[in-house]
Amino acid sequence: MTLLRGRGYASVNYPTGMNLGGDPSQAIIHATTMGGFVVTLSSVDLGQGLKTVVAQCAAETLGIPMENVIIDTADTDTGPHCMGTFASRGTHRVGNAVIMAAREAREVMLQVAADELEVDAGDLETDGTGFVRLKGSPATKIHISDIALAAHFKQGKSISGRGIFLKERSYPVPETGEMDPDSCQAHACTVAEVEVDDETGIVTVLRMYNTYEIGRALNPAMVAQQVEGGAWMGVSHAIFESTEPYYPASRAHGPIDFCEYLMPGPAEIPVQTSVILERPASNGPFGAKGIGEMTANAPIPAIANAIFDACGVRLTTMPFTPESVLRGLDALRAA
Amino acid sequence: MTVTIVNLKVNGVDQAFMARPGTTLLLALREQLGLTGAKRGCAQGACGSCTVLLDGAPVVSCLVPATTVDGADIATVEGLADGQQLSDVQQAFLDGFATQCGFCTPGMLMSAEALLARNPDPTADEVNEAISGNVCRCTGYAPIVSAILDAAERRRNRVEATH
Repeated sequence: MTLLRGRGYASVNYPTGMNLGGDPSQAIIHATTMGGFVVTLSSVDLGQGLKTVVAQCAAETLGIPMENVIIDTADTDTGPHCMGTFASRGTHRVGNAVIMAAREAREVMLQVAADELEVDAGDLETDGTGFVRLKGSPATKIHISDIALAAHFKQGKSISGRGIFLKERSYPVPETGEMDPDSCQAHACTVAEVEVDDETGIVTVLRMYNTYEIGRALNPAMVAQQVEGGAWMGVSHAIFESTEPYYPASRAHGPIDFCEYLMPGPAEIPVQTSVILERPASNGPFGAKGIGEMTANAPIPAIANAIFDACGVRLTTMPFTPESVLRGLDALRAA
Repeated sequence: MTVTIVNLKVNGVDQAFMARPGTTLLLALREQLGLTGAKRGCAQGACGSCTVLLDGAPVVSCLVPATTVDGADIATVEGLADGQQLSDVQQAFLDGFATQCGFCTPGMLMSAEALLARNPDPTADEVNEAISGNVCRCTGYAPIVSAILDAAERRRNRVEATH
């Protein structure tokens, strides 16, 4: 028995958003009587953290604390339209729509504050803690809860804003095939180190080094989590997960349950080192690109290349099972 | 169908509910006692998101018939915090960002609490084993394992400080 070590590399360029019949997301923001700012969306947070990121976008643009932002994604029947949470589009599309809505709401908020303080709205600024104050005279200030009360019960104004981000449909140029299918592209590469047991065919992923260029990292902790959690999923696709024998043989799709769907557990994770590079995208919210789906991609070919480097077996069908490794080794010996 | 009255303690509070045969502990906790912290993931004991402590031992509550736990002491994630004061494990999960979508988190927390109650100074391998029945699809596990080791250290430091 020999444990063979190998190292492989793969890179990925990944589009943010898509372009079928046009790709829009809308946001509506309004202030409550108490100075909370409700961001109404139809965009669904699948657990990836969309609510956190768009709350950051709203708070930053309005100039108020995040605690005063309420994200409402309650109902896709009644909320402003969103194409959906897919294609790594949420942060980019929804973030842009929220920023646009927040700018409009901010203008009203400052105008209401200006009328209360009897100053010009152009001379006001937000301090980020919940106050609107006069530039150069910070003692002249009013809290957003008082602004909201004045708007509702005194001035008769709705502090609200509308936002939409639309990636328009782009048709290919017939002569060249040229088109503009996405908004920006994120880039990444992964280096994987594996160990192949030439007797059992078992592949162990020892280490992974990930580098991602994703525009601006709006929430660096969530970006790091997405990179390494996604890489785990890549390892899972590469050497564990399979829908066999239930798909396509005997079922419309999918494995029946978790008992029959193999995934790596906590003892089977590689040591990971990840680096984030920030090159802000001109059309992204504060420069962000999408980093959803791409994180599972590069690890798979990187592991395939590492297996080839370790033992000379070139595998092209996932998952890279012990059987497929052993058959590959047999074929090499026979050759 | 025979209905059984089940008396038990949940998070230190006496509770009673009526259970039909086939009612699981998970269903009783969620639908009759309103404790929705334990999650129904696979409903067959494979994902661990329904993990609660039954007389101190972690169990997948989706596989425990409610009628068999009469007189038992149940601990769920709702009982971990003392008011606003999170448990060491909860605080370590929060500080170490050991969660993403959060669906597995209640089960992970309970498995971790059970581990630290019986083994205050676990190795990483022992943590891996303790949470091997809890599936996480977001984090890649590494931050969860780190958080549990961190929580163990916090607990040990707390014990030393009080001696």
